[in-house]
Order: sequence, then structure tokens, then C-alpha cells
Amino acid sequence: MSTYVGNVDRVLRSRLLEPSSVGAVGILLGIVACLLAIPPISVRTITWSLIVGIVAALLGVSCVARGARRVGWGAIAAGVAGAGLGVLATRSSQANLDEVFTASLIASMLVFATPLTFAAIGGMFSERSGVVNIGLEGMMLMGAFWGIWGADKTGNWFFGVLIAMAAGGGLALVHAFFAIQLRADQIVGGTAVNFLALGITGYFFVQLYHGENVPTGISQIPNVNLASDSSHSFFASSFGHLNLMIWVAIALVPLSYIVMFKTPIGLRIRSCGEHPRAAETVGINVYAVRYGAVILSGMLAAMGGAFLTVGYLNTYNENVTAGRGFIALAALIFGNWRPFGAFGAALLFGFSTALAFRLPAYSGNAATLFQALPYLLTLIAVAGVIGRTVPPAAVGRPYKKQ
Amino acid sequence: MSEPLDPQTGSEPEQDVATAPPATVAARLAFYQRAGGIATPIATALLAFMIGGLLVLATGHNPFQAYWDILNGAGLNWLAHPWNTDIANTAAYNFSQTLLQTTTLILTGLAVAFAFRCGLFNIGGNGQYLVGLFCANWVGVSFVNMARPAHIALGIVAAAAAGAIWAAIAGFLKATVGAHEVITTIMLNWIAYWLGNYIFQQGGPLQAAANKPLDVPISGDVADSARLPVFWGDSALQGLHIGFFIAIAALIVFWLILSRTTLGYEVRAVGFNPAAAGYGGIKVRTNYVRAMAISGAFAGLAGGLDMMGYLFHYGTIDVQATSIGFLGIAVALLGRNTALGTGLAALLFGGLVYGTTHGLQGGSIDPSLAGHLTEMIQGLVVLFVGADVLILYLWNARRKLRRRAEVEGAKAPA
Repeated sequence: MSTYVGNVDRVLRSRLLEPSSVGAVGILLGIVACLLAIPPISVRTITWSLIVGIVAALLGVSCVARGARRVGWGAIAAGVAGAGLGVLATRSSQANLDEVFTASLIASMLVFATPLTFAAIGGMFSERSGVVNIGLEGMMLMGAFWGIWGADKTGNWFFGVLIAMAAGGGLALVHAFFAIQLRADQIVGGTAVNFLALGITGYFFVQLYHGENVPTGISQIPNVNLASDSSHSFFASSFGHLNLMIWVAIALVPLSYIVMFKTPIGLRIRSCGEHPRAAETVGINVYAVRYGAVILSGMLAAMGGAFLTVGYLNTYNENVTAGRGFIALAALIFGNWRPFGAFGAALLFGFSTALAFRLPAYSGNAATLFQALPYLLTLIAVAGVIGRTVPPAAVGRPYKKQ
Repeated sequence: MSEPLDPQTGSEPEQDVATAPPATVAARLAFYQRAGGIATPIATALLAFMIGGLLVLATGHNPFQAYWDILNGAGLNWLAHPWNTDIANTAAYNFSQTLLQTTTLILTGLAVAFAFRCGLFNIGGNGQYLVGLFCANWVGVSFVNMARPAHIALGIVAAAAAGAIWAAIAGFLKATVGAHEVITTIMLNWIAYWLGNYIFQQGGPLQAAANKPLDVPISGDVADSARLPVFWGDSALQGLHIGFFIAIAALIVFWLILSRTTLGYEVRAVGFNPAAAGYGGIKVRTNYVRAMAISGAFAGLAGGLDMMGYLFHYGTIDVQATSIGFLGIAVALLGRNTALGTGLAALLFGGLVYGTTHGLQGGSIDPSLAGHLTEMIQGLVVLFVGADVLILYLWNARRKLRRRAEVEGAKAPA
């Protein structure tokens, strides 16, 4: 019995001391270093942020030394950034801090992260099956326009979302047909799909709504009220009144993880993306799997678009997605083609957008530049400074049936 | 991601040859490849226009009338009396405006085409165009006391250099760590986009406090000494500037570099097969950086010429509405990445861009509808050009049908 407990103890200890767990702790500490200096904790001296940040960076250094480079550099970066931001925060006035860092910052981070999450998870299915999907932006835009049109015409947001998914899936089918059946270059095809979506939504926006705002009072995706309206607690203003689609997006992350990594379907999708010929040899229909995955990606991206219009804005402007599909693509790459990684990146990018909207409290100019952060981070990530991202082996390669 | 000559995927023609009667199919393929040079782009463009026309028809407009109005808006009717260059004549003015758009599109098209010849997909033409434009604006506004030729030359060089550096970042990342150029150029596009939003916004580095006709913040005007001479029309009415000849010269330079220099030979060799080129002693990585830099210089030049030729100032709204760099993709693909093809495709899209917006004649179709028709045709063109296999596919389908008919015909008597 005691040896058994001893074993468990040893296993636990070795697990905890593994470079990757040490690195994860380092990254967490880096975040803590920053959090210490901002509300609600608001330590007003630089000491604590500096100490915690340095500890995080040291843990990172030990990780790198022991071979876990990716997570190690992540911890070093988190430590340095956390300490730096913490010090910056102590330099600004308490009033400004209280205005920017409220509990509702979490809510708005989730709002901005939701469309990215949908599209990034969608992109993951497509790319894991071996089809590059640059067209996420277009599929999202289709969802955004046809979603609000559907909600307007049927008078019910639920049908609006369904119509959005059909529109996004339809555009994805075009991409799939050209990429899979015709073996066209997938990047060229994705680019084309983006132009096409811009043209189609723009054309019908003029045709159906004369290019002006869609009527007000369209059925909107409801919020999930977990707290009473009068409550102003931290929980109430962060998670209390989130839109239903935000919770769907959050639920989608573990769900897609299970589907992708724990079920035969996921295994098939991944095998088509890693080695399609081997997949076909064991009897998997590569074309069917890829078609399914690409269409699913279009439907999910369209859900992200529908959230934007039917759930959040409750109106439509021309090109309302404004590059969110590309940020989702960035999140997918940044998250290394994994659901939790992509979700983490979407949260990070969502946070940077939410922050950018509040930074004018300090400087309007800097806030604009801040919006470029997701793209800059992705550039750094693909450059391999913080570990290398590894795409599926056969992604982008058309497959010819034998 | 896609390696064009991957042994696993790049072998379709051989397989087709192997599985069918060799002589006739080889002949057919050769014919297809020869004819594909001209026939495919024309068929592609016609197909795209046709599908666009179907949509116009489905939404209750007359497609023939709409296309006629668009073409006349682009100045096609000027060809009926081409010696009248008086811009008081609407057709002549429209045609000069079409050429103005063509100037930009030739260069953004070349930016995509040059990278393509090196096996790289430069999707970042828009970002490179924007940084070129920012630099030209800065040069044009700043050095007010310079002599005109020097000022213009400085602006052009600065714009081209800015575009080259912006694109070379992607080339460098491709060469050193193998980061895919499509991803990096997309990111660089958006960084340039936000950079533009930053520098032209209220209080931004290039925003001019004195220059506020509206409430929207815009940059200062390019000084007179940095404005390109106009040779057709009035410079106050967006006349056609000498940048048009620079763009034509760029087409020739593009052709010369690719087909008459060692550099071009290396670029094309890397484009055909990087591994073989490397084995033959060509520095593949150097060529990636170089090809991207040259590509970016074309796009940056486009931005510079636009700024010094007819825009003169820029604002955040303009940054947000810019898509001329993306249109370069369609231009290059339709032009099959050749100099002549790019020039002709640029003329087509230049006409389409102007003819569907400001130039649009008659009342058969709403101008804002027509503008989106351009985007759709652009998308369809890219979609179809990307699918060369479409032709082979149709070809094979026809052959299969015929063979099946023959087999059934042979069975029938027995």
C-alpha cells in the first residue's frame, strides 16, 4: 500500500517537475505579475510585479535549458511582459486603471473572442483534414449577412443562425469543390472565395437593403442571465449576462477537442491531413472526409459571423467582419492547430481588441496601433521565435484518388 | 503549404498519359497547353462575366444593358473617335480614368506575378502598396524646397524601397525559418492597415491639422514639386499622369529581368523546382528574399505613383477602403504571370473598376450594385484561373463518356 502511494507520489512529483509543467507555471506567473498591478488587486508598488515576473522568466530559462523550448520561451516572454506591464500600470493613475480594467473587460474580451473562436475551430477542422482555408473571412461574412437577413425575414434568430450556417457552408462547398475535386491551388481558391463573399454580400446588401442599415428590432440571440440585473458584483458584470453564442463557443472548444483527438472521426480527419494516401489505404474516403471538414469549417465560421450581426451588433454594415476571419486564421496558427491553443489565442486577441477600445483613456493614437498586435504576434509565432508551429503534414496538397 | 512540383501531387499529366492511349492524349495535352496560353484566360473571363450576368439577371436587371453601361463608363465608346482627347468629352475622360486605374493595377499585378514566377504567392500587395503610399506622402509633404525632378525621384524611390522592405520581411522569414509567405504577407497587410489608421488619424504623425475640409482627419497635400506631370487632362480633375509610362516601362523591365538576365533565370528556376535549382547551385533562399523585394518594389511603386500622381493626400477612411492591391492577384492570375498578359488584364480590370463606379453610364444598374459586381467577377476569375485542372477535368469527363459509349457500342452487337 505504502509503495503504491509512494509510486503515485513519485509520478506526481516527476509530472510536476517536467519542463512543460514548470513552463506552464512560469506563463501563469507572468500573467499574475501583470494582474497584481491592475484592479481589483492594484498593488501600487513595482516590487511585487517585478519579483513575480522575474521568477516566471527564471522558470522559463530553466525550461529552455532542459529542452522544452516552446513553453520555456513562452514563460520568459510572459514573465518579461507581465513585469513590464505591471510596472507600467503602477505608473498610471488609479482612476485611469479603474476605468480600463473593470470586470466588464472580461465580458468584452469574450465578445471579441467569440467570432474568432468559431472561425478558428472551423479552420482547424478544414486544415487538419488537409485543406487550407484562407476563405474563413469570406465564410464568416456570408454568415454575418445571411444570418441577419434570415433573422429579419423569418423573425426568429434561430432560423437566422441556421440560414447563416447554410450560406457559410455553401461558400465552403465551392471552396471544397475547387480544392478537392478540381485540385486547384487551395490558397488561390480561398482568396477567390473571400472576394466572392465580399461581392455577394455587398451586392445583396444593396439589392435587399439599399446599402443602408437593416431595420431595427430584428430578433436577436438572447443573453444568458446568470445574475440578477441589479447585481454589480464582479461575477455579474463579467459572466452574468453573456450572449448565448458566447457559451456555445466556449462549449465548442472541449467538444471539438474530444471529436478531433478522442474519436474515430477525428482520427480520420487527422489522418487525411497527415498522410492521405495511407488513410485511403486503410479504407478512409479522403474526399468525403475533406468535403465534410471544409463544409463544417464554413458553417462554424458563419456562426461566428452570425454572432457578430444577430447576436452582438444587431445590424449589418458592409464588410462587417473587417478582417476577423484573418485574425481567426492567425489564432489557429498561433494555437498550433489545436482547439485549446486556438481558443487561448482567440482570448488573447479578443483581449487585445477589448483593451484597444479602452486605451483611449491614455492615448488614442497608441490604441490604434494596439490593434495590430494580433498580427504582429502571429508574425513572431510563425517566425518560430517562440517555438515552431507545426501545420498538418499534407495541408495544402491536393490529393488524387488512386 | 502547396509545393507545385511535389512528386505526390504534381504528376497528373504523366498519369493521364499513362492511363490513356498515349499518342492522342499527348497531342491533346500539348494542344491544351499551347491553347491554354490565350484560350484559358479568355474563357475564364467570359465565364466570370457570364455568371455575374446571371446574378444581375436574377435580381431583375438587364445584364446586357448593364455590361454595356459599364463598358461605356470605362470609356469604350471613346474608341469610336479616338483622336478627341478633350476631357470635356465624357468618353475621353472616362478612358483616361480607366488608364489611371490601369497604371496602378499593372504594378500591383506585377507584384503578384513576379513572386509567382519564383514559386511564391505574394498576397501582401495591398500592404506593400499602402506603405509605398505612406512614404510617398511623407516625402511629398516634407521636403518642400526640393527641385521638382529630384523631389519626384526621391518620392518614387522611397515608395518602391518601402514596398520592397515590407515584402522582403516575408521573403526573409520564408528563407530563414520557412514561414509560409501567404501567412506572413496576410499579417503584414493588416499591420500596414493599422499603421495607416495610426499615422493618418487625428493627431497621428502624418495627419495635417490645417488640412481638414471635413471632420475626417487626413494627411497634408503633397507639395507641387512632388506631383507627377499630367499629360492627358487636368491635374485638378485626376488627369492621367506620367506614371502610366512608368507602369508600361515596369512591364518591360519585368519581362527583361525574367527572360534576359541571370537573376530572372534563377528566379524562374527556383519557381519551377526549388530543390533542383538548389542542386544546380542556385541560392534558393537568396532568391526568395530577392524575388519578394522586387515584388514589393512594384507594389510600393504603385502606391507612390498614386500618391504623387492624383491622390495627393490620404485619410484613415481611404486606408480602410483600399483593395487595389488585392485586385492585383486577379490581374496577375488572369494574365498568367506574364508581362503582356498582366498589362491586358490590368486594362480589363482598370476598366471594370472605373466603369462600375464613377464612370457608370445610364441607369440600368445602381452604381453601388455595379461596384460589387466587380468584386464578384474578380473572385470568380481568381477561382477559375486557379483551377487549370478544370479544363483537364472536363476533358477527362468527356473522354470517359466517349469511352463508355464506345464500350457500350462494342457490347451492343454481341
